[in-house]
Amino acid sequence: MATTNKLQGFSRREFMKTTSLAGGGLLIGFNLFEACKPGVEPPVDLASLNYNEFNAFIEIADNGAVTIFSPNPEIGQGVKTSMPMIIAEELDVAWKDVYVQQAPLNTEHYTRQVAGGSQSIRFGWDALRQTGATARQMLVNAAAARWGVSPSECTTSEGIITNANGEKLSYGEVVKEAAALDIPEDVKLKSVSDYTIIGQEIGNVDIDKIISGKPLYGLDYRKEGMLVACVLRPPAFGQKLVSFGESGARAIPGVVDVIRFGDKVAVLAIDTWTAMKGKKALTAEWSSAESLESSADHNKILTGLLDGNSFETLREDGDVKMAFAEADQVLERTYESPFLPHNCMEPMNFYADVTPERVHLVGPIQTPERTAKRIAEILERDFSAIHLEMTRQGGGFGRRLYGDFALEAAEISNLAKKPVQVVFSREDDMADGIYRPAIKYRIKASVRDGKLTGYHLKEAAINSNMYGLIPNFFPAGAVENYRVDVAKFDSEITTGAWRAPYTNFLAFAEQSFFDELADLMEVDRVQLRLDLLENVRGTTDERIQYSPERMQKVIRTAVDKSGWGSPKEGVYQGFAAYYCHNSHVAEVAEVVVENGQPVVKKVVCVVDCGIVVNPLGARNQVEGGVIDGIGHAMYGDFAFTEGAPQSLNFDTYRLIRMKEVPRVETYFIKNEESPTGLGEPTLPPAGAALANAIHAATGMRLYNQPFSKELAELEIPKKEIIG
Amino acid sequence: MPSYYITVNGTSHTVDVSADTPLLWVLRDHLNLVGTKYGCGIALCGTCTVHLNGNPVRSCMMTIESVQGADVTTIEGLSKDGSHPVQQAWKEVDVPQCGYCQSGQIMTAAALLERNPDPSKDDIREAMNGNLCRCASYQRIYEAVELAARKAGS
Repeated sequence: MATTNKLQGFSRREFMKTTSLAGGGLLIGFNLFEACKPGVEPPVDLASLNYNEFNAFIEIADNGAVTIFSPNPEIGQGVKTSMPMIIAEELDVAWKDVYVQQAPLNTEHYTRQVAGGSQSIRFGWDALRQTGATARQMLVNAAAARWGVSPSECTTSEGIITNANGEKLSYGEVVKEAAALDIPEDVKLKSVSDYTIIGQEIGNVDIDKIISGKPLYGLDYRKEGMLVACVLRPPAFGQKLVSFGESGARAIPGVVDVIRFGDKVAVLAIDTWTAMKGKKALTAEWSSAESLESSADHNKILTGLLDGNSFETLREDGDVKMAFAEADQVLERTYESPFLPHNCMEPMNFYADVTPERVHLVGPIQTPERTAKRIAEILERDFSAIHLEMTRQGGGFGRRLYGDFALEAAEISNLAKKPVQVVFSREDDMADGIYRPAIKYRIKASVRDGKLTGYHLKEAAINSNMYGLIPNFFPAGAVENYRVDVAKFDSEITTGAWRAPYTNFLAFAEQSFFDELADLMEVDRVQLRLDLLENVRGTTDERIQYSPERMQKVIRTAVDKSGWGSPKEGVYQGFAAYYCHNSHVAEVAEVVVENGQPVVKKVVCVVDCGIVVNPLGARNQVEGGVIDGIGHAMYGDFAFTEGAPQSLNFDTYRLIRMKEVPRVETYFIKNEESPTGLGEPTLPPAGAALANAIHAATGMRLYNQPFSKELAELEIPKKEIIG
Repeated sequence: MPSYYITVNGTSHTVDVSADTPLLWVLRDHLNLVGTKYGCGIALCGTCTVHLNGNPVRSCMMTIESVQGADVTTIEGLSKDGSHPVQQAWKEVDVPQCGYCQSGQIMTAAALLERNPDPSKDDIREAMNGNLCRCASYQRIYEAVELAARKAGS
């Protein structure tokens, strides 16, 4: 529910480390053991991650230079810029004097070194501010002691401490003394109105390296003596390796070794191209399970689950059966989505050097700690022997939560006794995915005396069902009789979190359904949502995740900014509003019809994510999330035949491109609520707003993703074909 | 292994690789110029875009044999200090999210402006359509190309 800006009880024991640096200077760390908040939204399938702890480190050198170690993985969500901004704000230094460095995995210094669930900023907010403010206070106390004045008489600005007489000391001049001081309690935080860094448009800290092609990413990592490994894996899910032939691979100059591990075969070579060629030259015989899975079978199985009775009920209010029995009108619709691969632009890869002394790992990973622990386990090594460095990551989208590629690198290096970089080709990346699972939703609603009386959501999914907070999203609490049932089918195909898990499709289903429901009830589509939210105001149900007031505000703002209801001639609008990952979002999509096909031209997106730490980066996340949502709703299609994916590269798998991209207009609600994440929340409503706009433009209701498949059936007027 | 001659960013190199080795992997693995990225290997994503005798090409599908003796410019050689108008526009607009595709985007945009200094909206959308951005930073890519055209023209 509503968050407060009050900092919860911090105490000295949360500071784990304060160290004088060898060369002088101060290293301060802060650990948020006690100040965790309840109601944590976990990423799907990652119950093992601990979201309740977080800390950070800053280093101030004698010369006043400030290094802020950014502990969390950077996957394009901008935390390497925005998290240090929060520390720098409270430390009261000039941003230009700050150098940001990616911290390696260090479980002694940090906790929750994870990129997932749009939670880095939300969980970092209090701890990062407290870290900066505590360091600042220690520096002030040191200066005050030297002057013999009270710290309360001193002020700071841009790394300079000034006393009442106008005397000045820089942070660098007092940093040695500060490091020897006790950690102060009751440190005061800035008020929002005093912010000089938070809320400013700060550019990406890696921009100069990115635009000039400097080594940054996992695939850019090089080490003397390193071999590249390409791995042959079972071509279909459910297959096992019977035998393989390596003579063809070994005949290629530059191939150094061929190693079988489990059902996989690695070809090690002196460079990437040779390793890729070597892998192609392998021959293999595969055994198959009795029946390999196909999407056509999944389709029947999921429909069978929706029709059946083997559900787990995740939330039940009132009695939906009674509501349906007593209804004047009932609406029921079913929605379908396919599997989706993540397709990070940088294919999966990892470097490993396993030696008797230590295990050195380098690469792009969203879950460094969990991955390092699993590698320690499989290699039967002490965790202290594992040293993992994170590179900048060419996209994540959930795929790099799963460390399969890093485990492979460690296994191969261990067997080869050589430093190895495992490289997935694009084909490997698509064929050996941890996919968004195919899912079907069925929604049934009842209307009596012009009111929505019942709402029943059923989910049938491959492998795993929606996480436990989703049943408490809108419209939970707004409808008297409400129920969420889930069922699943266990598949050989590996599935996992994909940007905004579950909600990336559920939002489309529900927000399309509400449009149809409004039409059935003969009420305005947006008004229906506002009215339902009104029912939730003042609720005492603590399970409810969203704020009805904040949701109403984003909706009203979107109506205002988009000119909802009065589009230009030939322009058709669609509306959607959704809450997930602790942020509230409303979107209006605008569609025109060109050559008989709907084309999306503009999306207005209104977001309430509390205080916007870095508007420049935040808008980028919003624009990307909206376009990603539209792209995958329109084109994302991924199916399996006999356990093997139908698409292996971009010749048959379509991603949205420049010519299909709408203009995104972004608006943030201004308030002083604690910030929440932006990596995911703008994606889910985008597909829904588009589907509703397409309905307005063409009269066609879309129930299945990708939309492009259904739109292909739209009849194109003859004259336009001739024209 | 045969030897091939190639000029990259004004420097001549001799590389000993098999004839079918794509230019991309020569750059990345043999000349340690890792700014040019691997994305798909079939010339459909544009992350590997370099300039070959001034023209934008997909280095992942050009064998070293086919570019023997050619003059190649990569992102590292677009300017000495990141001062090319396209690079500056990219910085000003703050285009990247993950950033992985951006060197290919920048090389495509630089080649567009070289042959068409005052592109129309459609020219930009057409020229950039071959470059995928999985983070979907397309809006900023578009803005940056427009800005670069203005910068170069002023």
